[in-house]
Amino acid sequence: MLEVHDLTVSYGPIEAVREVSFRVEAGAVVSLVGPNGAGKTTALNAVSGVIPARRGRILFEGRDITRMSPHQRVSEGIVQIPEGRLVLAGMTVRENLEMGAYRRPRPEIAASIDRMEARFPILRERSGALAGTLSGGEQQMLAIARGLMAKPRLLLLDEPSLGLAPLIVRLIFEIIRELQAGGQTILLVEQNARQALAVSSHAYVMENGKVVLEGPAESLTSDPAVISSYLGQAISSPT
Amino acid sequence: MNLLAQQLVNGLFIGSVYGLFAVGYTLVFGVLDILNLAHAAVFTLGGLSAVWLVQAAGMSIWLAFPLATLLAGGLGLLINAAAFAPLRRRADSQFSGLISSIAMAIIFDAAALGLFGARSVRFPPGTVKVHVWQIAGVTITSLQVGIVLVATLLMLILTLFLQRSRTGKAIRTVAENERAAMLLGVNVSGIIAFTFFISSALGGAAGVLYGLYFDSLAPDMGRAIELKGLAVIILGGMGSIPGAILGGLAFGLSEVLTVAVSGTSNLRDAVAFTVLFAILLLRPSGLLGRGKLREA
Repeated sequence: MLEVHDLTVSYGPIEAVREVSFRVEAGAVVSLVGPNGAGKTTALNAVSGVIPARRGRILFEGRDITRMSPHQRVSEGIVQIPEGRLVLAGMTVRENLEMGAYRRPRPEIAASIDRMEARFPILRERSGALAGTLSGGEQQMLAIARGLMAKPRLLLLDEPSLGLAPLIVRLIFEIIRELQAGGQTILLVEQNARQALAVSSHAYVMENGKVVLEGPAESLTSDPAVISSYLGQAISSPT
Repeated sequence: MNLLAQQLVNGLFIGSVYGLFAVGYTLVFGVLDILNLAHAAVFTLGGLSAVWLVQAAGMSIWLAFPLATLLAGGLGLLINAAAFAPLRRRADSQFSGLISSIAMAIIFDAAALGLFGARSVRFPPGTVKVHVWQIAGVTITSLQVGIVLVATLLMLILTLFLQRSRTGKAIRTVAENERAAMLLGVNVSGIIAFTFFISSALGGAAGVLYGLYFDSLAPDMGRAIELKGLAVIILGGMGSIPGAILGGLAFGLSEVLTVAVSGTSNLRDAVAFTVLFAILLLRPSGLLGRGKLREA
């Protein structure tokens, strides 16, 4: 579904992502893991189009979208749920959900909001509240629901667990599993490599702007180099 | 007592024009966090082109007013394309945009002078049929009532548009967070251009109403309202639409009350701006400001 070939992205003279290639098959959950500053978020933003690709090609369902504007990519079904949630704090919860469906035909929106509120009851409860008054976990739920309102064909999830309490993190990975079971294609960026690998079929390990390792998530999970660098000791205990 | 009542009514009329001018001013600020200092020049060109449409082209004011408003909106698109859009990627875009909008203002002022001449002009007599009413010793004309109604209607439509419509919500989304807007599929540069269009259209409409109210328009009429408009949006709270409306009325009232109390118009501007300082001392974020302090 998504193919990224030799992608290079730079901020001024600094190349944050260098000749990175990865692919996401339809229906798969693929993750980009690695330490802070490895270029994972930058790669994701290049797929969304909010940062231009310096070199390389991005193909979505075989079409070259490297130069396509961010809003057209949303219309194509490439939807990112950004790091830090970026909920519209001064707008109501419902308006946030409506904005999630900005690119969709208007008649479908009300029914979609109903479905989303049924899945996340807290959003129905707080429907008229300003999004900025929600707790961090609730805001993450809103950000996920808002992203799903766009009916993504490819969902880009950037650090969904960052800065959240362990209980909420567990909830979020449950949602990811649920989406996966429903056939949702997901590209996941996470520093929490253990959790990310547990839900992924395939993963890429990034370091200093490059992909240094890739493979099926299971084999990475048992790779001694990955264990020592990213997973720590606790991997030996059953999960 | 009658004089005071009369002045209060006058303050309401002129305040509604200030409010309309300031609403457009504050809209761009609210969305982009930048000041468009060419707003007063658009106000001037809006008013002068309406006079031209009525006088030279022989149009009725009911046609000239919306046309001049649309024309002013077009100037807004030009301001965005020439003064702001090319600088948007720069780290100092707020400051450089401010400067380039001053350049646009100078160009527009020169255009006004070249196109319409340096003399002050007025709408031909009979442009609007004026009825005069005496109510409890207070004189009100149908023109004044019409000005308040039109200004109020435009501000009401804008408020509803921003609250309810899909595009209005997109404008608020861009105001909240440009990156989030992009990721939600909003065509951010299109929305910004449209915001400039609305802002300048309202500025131009205010110019036409101002010209009708004072029965005199000149290429330098923007000067009179430029600082007042800025004061009004600071008074109301930067970026707040209801704040700009309220601020406009407060400013208009404080002006006319000064005249009523002191018996001279010399102190008018001094007192109005003193009120601004006084309110900012009590409420630094303005009357309806969001209370958000900018991080340095």
